[in-house]
Amino acid sequence: MTQTHSDYRLSQLDQLEAESIHIFREVAAEFEKPVLMFSGGKDSIVMMRLAEKAFYPAKIPFPVLQVDTGYDFPEVLATRDNWVDRLGVKLIVASVEQAIKDGIVVDDGKTSRNRLQIGTLLNAIEENGFTAAFGGGRRDEEKARAKERVYSHRDEFGQWDPKNQRPELWSLYNGRLHEGEHMRIFPISNWTELDIWDYIGREGIEIPSIYFSHQRRVFQRDGMLLSESEHNPLRDGEVAEERTVRFRTVGDLTLTGCVESTASTIPEIIEEVAVARVTERGATRGDDRFSEAAMEDRKKEGYF
Amino acid sequence: MAGTNMDLLRFATAGSVDDGKSTLIGRLLLDSKSIFEDQLEAVEATSEAKGYDYTDLALLTDGLRSEREQGITIDVAYRYFATPNRKFIIADTPGHVQYTRNMVTGASTADLGLVLVDARQGLTEQSRRHAVILSLLRVPHLVLAVNKMDLVDFDQTIYENIYREFTQFATKLNVPDLEVIPISALQGDNVVTRSENMPWYSGPTLMHHLEHVHVASDRDLIDARFPVQYVVRPKSDEFHDYRGYAGQVAGGVLKPGDEVVVLPSGMTSKISKIDLFDKEIPEAFPPMSVTVHLEDDVDVSRGDMIARVKNAPVPSQDIDAMICWMTTSPLQPRQKLAIKHTTRTGRALVKDIQYRLDVNTLHRDQATNELGVNEIGRVTLRTTVPLLCDPYSKNRTTGSFILIDEATGVTVGAGMING
Repeated sequence: MTQTHSDYRLSQLDQLEAESIHIFREVAAEFEKPVLMFSGGKDSIVMMRLAEKAFYPAKIPFPVLQVDTGYDFPEVLATRDNWVDRLGVKLIVASVEQAIKDGIVVDDGKTSRNRLQIGTLLNAIEENGFTAAFGGGRRDEEKARAKERVYSHRDEFGQWDPKNQRPELWSLYNGRLHEGEHMRIFPISNWTELDIWDYIGREGIEIPSIYFSHQRRVFQRDGMLLSESEHNPLRDGEVAEERTVRFRTVGDLTLTGCVESTASTIPEIIEEVAVARVTERGATRGDDRFSEAAMEDRKKEGYF
Repeated sequence: MAGTNMDLLRFATAGSVDDGKSTLIGRLLLDSKSIFEDQLEAVEATSEAKGYDYTDLALLTDGLRSEREQGITIDVAYRYFATPNRKFIIADTPGHVQYTRNMVTGASTADLGLVLVDARQGLTEQSRRHAVILSLLRVPHLVLAVNKMDLVDFDQTIYENIYREFTQFATKLNVPDLEVIPISALQGDNVVTRSENMPWYSGPTLMHHLEHVHVASDRDLIDARFPVQYVVRPKSDEFHDYRGYAGQVAGGVLKPGDEVVVLPSGMTSKISKIDLFDKEIPEAFPPMSVTVHLEDDVDVSRGDMIARVKNAPVPSQDIDAMICWMTTSPLQPRQKLAIKHTTRTGRALVKDIQYRLDVNTLHRDQATNELGVNEIGRVTLRTTVPLLCDPYSKNRTTGSFILIDEATGVTVGAGMING
């Protein structure tokens, strides 16, 4: 835990925590209707923890929003529910399935659920009138994210314009909006994957079991190990087999790969991440592989 | 745990287009093993597709489609790497025309500024400008990296001339700590490992300096400043009477028992306790985010500031400040803008533009009556609410503000309070 020191130094993790808490409080104070995007993955869990600390002993003063692809890992949804119950926050689920039924997004059988999240999310933001949406994006994840501000302005179409971002000076964030616009807020921009794991270890907080090593029936596709599932039918030549794996990121299970690993405790995961030679997205996220600027293109459309 | 007790250093890089900045950042990332194989492979593939016969490390940092297409850096990007003792956040600021605004942005949070010069060119107008901006923004540590030493046969005289010229120039600025390091970013000389080609240089390598420069003492630990960000009132059964003032300590050390004044009301009280999440702590200092409790039930809200009774900032509606103007339509007298200072917001009227500072020569142009994009000048403002000000030279948090165009909502100016 945090200690004060005779030389008044804060460790980098304490500095990152202080900065993120500052951002949470700033948004809660200045925006009419914030929401926290909460997938149940490790980054959004760290965000929940930071929000919990920012307003303690009061409850988190905004609801959380999960965009349910319909293809989410059950272990992740279970963790999501535990967190929401423990903190007593309101959970709003925006379902991709429902959005397809309502004609908000179109499932042409080719577009991934990940992409269909964009329209589903934007619709949920508009319907609920959210003016700020916290996201767990980190700048170390991806080159387009490295360019994004902590307060990321979105127009009335939810679009990000990387060429026209507001300068961000000191810790003076500018939350001005016009009607229909909203802000995406990234309180953990300056955290790295390793920081996230260090923090989870330090705080001793609950994360989905699939981050730890376990036995799973998987098959290989495009160089990734994907989970066997009814949503992900095997194609010709693909064979599922049991392996010892864990996940580095969690998302739509048709696109999120796992890695072979025996790391079954947080210290073991930290050790593994510290020497990893491939980024978490490079290793396990099919959605970033479509083109060199896949993330940037999705973000411009309104992806978080 | 791996990084829990690490230290953090934020630094901003500056340099013109061809001085090898991207190569240097690529080198620091590569040699600290912060580049992952998939990222490197992507860069190699793109370099090859573009017909280069080398791997263009700049592609690692130019992350946007349009940057890659045009081969230029558009905006500040943030990069991360770590060594066993320290984590680094690089604000990578582009060196082209939109220069000043981006550098001000990157430098506003930096502990250290890294200016690159090409050893063949020596000091240019741009290198001086970089140094001026870093000193205006009170970046406490400055490193001048004399790059491309390999292209001047690692000549000691060339390095020494640049060293002498720069230290002389720096005496006109406020540069408390300066290090001048001869390097070759391309070949790696003095970046992470000591160069065998420059036995005459006995100073630290760049990485060694970045790892060891002492930054904790740069914070103001004397003048207690606590801008109230948010009032925590749970109104639950368990915490029925809880009323805490949440915020991030901007200066000094706060302790329970301290006699404090709440500004601008001027009410006095004592700190009864300080909470960090669910624990009471004996003291709080910058940049901790904490919750402060007072003994008396005084009226405190967001935008107020808690300070020591005998050492408080001066509330003022007349602000004298250096402004960096960041948008294409110029700043003019009589203009009205929104202002944000700590957690306080209001409106500001531009009373007078006293002068424009030529960041190349430090000349003060007093004939001017406006500030254009990327220009810096001294301005007086009248604000609707009193700001609880310190001079920027004393405290970078309570001495800074931003100006916002009320019609577009865009941040158009960065201000540093004089005094």
